[in-house]
Amino acid sequence: MRFVDEFRQPELITKAAEEIRRLADPNRHYRLMEVCGGHTHAIYRFGIKDLLPSNIELIHGPGCPVCVLPMGRIDDGLSMTEKPGVIFTAFGDMMRVPGTHGSPLEYKARGRDVRIVYSPMDALKLAQANPERHVAFFAIGFETTAPSTARTLMRARVLGIRNFSVFCNHVTIIPAIRAILDSPDMRLDAFIGPGHVSTVIGCRPYEWIAANEHKPIVVSGFEPVDILQSVVMILRQLREGRAEVENQYKRVVPWEGNGAALRAMAEVFQLRPYFEWRGLGFISQSALRIRDEYADWDAEQVFSVPGLRVTDPKAAQCGEVLKGVLKPAQCKLFGKECTPDYPIGALMVSSEGSCAAFYNYEHRKAVVAAAAE
Amino acid sequence: MCLAIPGKIVELVAGNPDLAVVDVSGVRRTIDTGLLADEPAVPGDWVLIHVGFAMSKISERDALDQMQTLADLGEHEAALEEVQGYGVLEENKGGP
Repeated sequence: MRFVDEFRQPELITKAAEEIRRLADPNRHYRLMEVCGGHTHAIYRFGIKDLLPSNIELIHGPGCPVCVLPMGRIDDGLSMTEKPGVIFTAFGDMMRVPGTHGSPLEYKARGRDVRIVYSPMDALKLAQANPERHVAFFAIGFETTAPSTARTLMRARVLGIRNFSVFCNHVTIIPAIRAILDSPDMRLDAFIGPGHVSTVIGCRPYEWIAANEHKPIVVSGFEPVDILQSVVMILRQLREGRAEVENQYKRVVPWEGNGAALRAMAEVFQLRPYFEWRGLGFISQSALRIRDEYADWDAEQVFSVPGLRVTDPKAAQCGEVLKGVLKPAQCKLFGKECTPDYPIGALMVSSEGSCAAFYNYEHRKAVVAAAAE
Repeated sequence: MCLAIPGKIVELVAGNPDLAVVDVSGVRRTIDTGLLADEPAVPGDWVLIHVGFAMSKISERDALDQMQTLADLGEHEAALEEVQGYGVLEENKGGP
């Protein structure tokens, strides 16, 4: 357990932790879902659980874009590396995510031209610098990164760069929250809302969660004190019988979001009728496709993408963990066949995946403690 | 990819209103600021950067807090690696 004085602002942390104890009804069990993978990482890293009473349970949500992508889409993307002259680009987070026949990194080791980029704009520059090649960019992410992909495509069109395409795997957060609320095996009391997605979409898109589902949602920052304050705000709502959208992360998140980013997304993308999510299955209108006006830069039009549906390795229970039905350590493969060094499921790859976060902070700690005894 | 990296706008790129040079812990790179079109960034502004794009303006204090949060999360090096990776093809452009 971490000691409070290891944190910055220890007095604020202590105050928030005390307030949480005061507000929490000891006869009630609270299940709060943090939607965003960045929050999952922070919660494990900072040992937030140790600062909460035992009747407040944090459930990890679907907000890790690498984790929710089904293996078939990874295989579809990697199929592009077989075409002569293709340079396949992706963010570093994607490089170790397993496809059926290996990860992008393993494809690279087999001689395919697979490269890491840190910005979609750099994939576009790579295309400009290599006019005789075709650069395909594997785009992933929620609304945090979708506007950047949109602007990159707008730029490709303005500059008339034809040897560039985007394999669009952008997903949207609201339908995923809806799918979780509709899931019969899930009971939640409230949500800790995503921070950076909300910089783009603002707070209004969450209003139905409060109005129709009668559940509080508090958009939160990423510091320990932010997360604890968000829990305080949630507990106050529950105690007073309120269900509202509140913004704890006002210093970054404007209520109306980022208009320019929303306009860029609307210009380039439209909703897909449905999209498959790992663990959650097909969710209608939950992902973005590239509009026909930009079809020349849509990798799904440029290449004949096989459209694979691949089931996860049978023993892996990524889906149940993603939905919050199982804790990471309850998966049969956790820490045995599946570790951050040899991941079987995507949740063990990304630092925002709940399995990797749990392994790196809780599991290691437990192993060290056991060894010391 | 989901890291929000704080940086200070040090200069606008002449001839392209959507590009600016940003300083992140002493590393200078060109980023795209077009998504701040409703409230354009000027030198001296602090911004949060995702995948090479400024997504929001923040105060200097919040920027320093965010850098500390990245350090606390063990993500400081990953953030600098990401920033150093921006503009792979124009390594020294915008250098001090």
